[in-house]
Amino acid sequence: MWKWLHPYANPEVSYHFTGKLIPWFTAISVILLVLGLGLALAFSPADYQQGESVRIFYLHVPAAMLSMGIYLGMAIAALTALVWQLKLAEASIAALAPIGATFTAIALLTGAAWGKPMWGTWWIWDARLTSELILLFLYLGVIALQNAFEDKSLAGKAASVLAIVGVVNLPIIHYSVEWWNTLHQGSTVSKLERPSMSADMFIPFVVCLFGFAFLVARIFGERFRAEIIARNSMRPWVKALVLAQEKN
Amino acid sequence: MATQHSVLLAADKLTCIREDRLLFDQLSFDVSAGDIIQIEGANGTGKTSLLRILAGLSQPYDGEVLYKAENIHHCQEDYNSDLIFLGHLPGIKGEMTSEENLQFYLKLHGLDHSLAEQTLAEVSLFGFEDALASHLSAGQHRRIALARLWQSNSKIWILDEPFTAIDKAGVEKLEQLFLRHAKNGGAVILTTHQDLSIHSNDFKKIILEHQFI
Amino acid sequence: MQTSYSSAFFTILKRDLTIALRHRDDIINPLLFFIIVVSLFPLGIGPVSNTLMKIAPGVIWVAALLATLLSLERLFKNDHADGSLEQLLLSPCPTFILVLAKILAHWLITGLPLIIIAPLLGVLLNLHQDSYTALMLTLLLGTPVLSLLGAIGVALTVGLKKGGMLLSLLVLPLYIPVLIFATSAIDAASMNLPYNGQLAIIAAIFFGSLTLAPFAVGSALKVSTN
Repeated sequence: MWKWLHPYANPEVSYHFTGKLIPWFTAISVILLVLGLGLALAFSPADYQQGESVRIFYLHVPAAMLSMGIYLGMAIAALTALVWQLKLAEASIAALAPIGATFTAIALLTGAAWGKPMWGTWWIWDARLTSELILLFLYLGVIALQNAFEDKSLAGKAASVLAIVGVVNLPIIHYSVEWWNTLHQGSTVSKLERPSMSADMFIPFVVCLFGFAFLVARIFGERFRAEIIARNSMRPWVKALVLAQEKN
Repeated sequence: MATQHSVLLAADKLTCIREDRLLFDQLSFDVSAGDIIQIEGANGTGKTSLLRILAGLSQPYDGEVLYKAENIHHCQEDYNSDLIFLGHLPGIKGEMTSEENLQFYLKLHGLDHSLAEQTLAEVSLFGFEDALASHLSAGQHRRIALARLWQSNSKIWILDEPFTAIDKAGVEKLEQLFLRHAKNGGAVILTTHQDLSIHSNDFKKIILEHQFI
Repeated sequence: MQTSYSSAFFTILKRDLTIALRHRDDIINPLLFFIIVVSLFPLGIGPVSNTLMKIAPGVIWVAALLATLLSLERLFKNDHADGSLEQLLLSPCPTFILVLAKILAHWLITGLPLIIIAPLLGVLLNLHQDSYTALMLTLLLGTPVLSLLGAIGVALTVGLKKGGMLLSLLVLPLYIPVLIFATSAIDAASMNLPYNGQLAIIAAIFFGSLTLAPFAVGSALKVSTN
């Protein structure tokens, strides 16, 4: 296990190892999502106030939680990339950032869609939505910075610095937005409350959350492999791999 | 002739990859006190990359550079105070006079800056001390940068094309300075497209070639 | 070594100030930008004094953010272009000292003039008369934060050809907390409410970024000069 985390960790080994994991992730996420979304859409109770629109919850909340979790994961990868010069960590930042940005965007869109029936308007400067919006900016910054460098290794290092700066700032931004929100809106606008959860909501929610988490893992695996290939294109094992594929 | 002296700087299995191109692979060599080493190679073989890695400005893809048997990134302050690196860009501010430019670098390295005016005379910039650098030519900028060598007490000099835009007399003067520096226990690592007039057994060559894999 | 660190710090500070004073556009242009942006708001919104009074803290602070953003590039861009940045990184003093010296110089050149001119703009925007002290205090504590956090962004983008637009994307989200607490302190002052809580938070952000930002800038510069 330590060998795998060693600075000279072998990209070839990780490439094949991730390849073996992907089918498992696919299977688990499909099963969990079918089960979870089925329960959520068909069997969980409608809210007495929000009616059927409460079901957006099963997409919105997992997306929001994962969008923050992915940023945290990215920052941890960034730290290992900078401290131990681990090149695979750089590849994983490049693989994670667009996934995180997509989930942030999903959280924003579903939040807006949920807001429409509740507040009668698509956008409201709700603390949680505003934080998600700023998180999206932070993700887009990492992606844009990464794309701006020609050299993949430099791009990875620059993105690492930014991701760490971002993760230090994220709690401060989050707290300040929350505080700003209570200051300016008070109790006049009801916030996007997380419904209090009964068991028949909690179980589908947890199943959905894990389903999406495995979906993230699955997409990450695919992108991670692509990043490894892109960063090692001049290595003999990659060339051998390409030749073997051409023969088939 | 200098092999008896202590090793100042060592390259240990350096590998450099730039934009998916392998420039050099597992390159190792020692730089001892008294060495003058010329890095040779065609354009694009990684001469500048090698010098920047040796100076600690770039990270090698693999391998490390050792200063007195310690990784240069672990003893950066000690290494930097024993190093002068002059790259393609002279690092001269157009808004300051040539004397102020030189003084700034001398002060930054904790050296006596009162001799700046005299030192500028060494690189035939006598009379230009108070001229703003923006009014001077590229060759004169390079001379201001090179003037630091006359005042330096650093052992390791890493010079990327130091003779660019320098006239014949200037080149000769620099070569004399390199020899004196080597004799005093220093080391010079340089790239140049000109032939050095220094006698060939006074200096070593490291030749970089295009890599094909 | 103590004395040589401080002498390196003041050498760099003096050099940057000398260059800026000989090249005054760098000081004057962001300041003009600040004034023009602020004076656009009454033209766009209408000269109703109550509306202006309400938006004044936000407008002054947003304009200050944008003016700082505009001036950030000069922090490392020229040094990178003429090669003195790599010479600075190769100097015997630790990177965070030279970074701090350069950021202090940047603040003296751009932040301080903004603070001096701000009361005048307060008058233009009909700022509440009880808010001036708060405006000055928040700017005094907040503009150094803008220079510190901005330096991270410039250090990351200085080696890029089209770094300008990217810089604003990287830096502006990081400015949000300062903006929120500064404007709310000024608002609170206009209502005669205590605002030392907000000031304390801005001060905390200032000390936090003062200790952490130089290290981020240092590692970013190492990437950019690679």
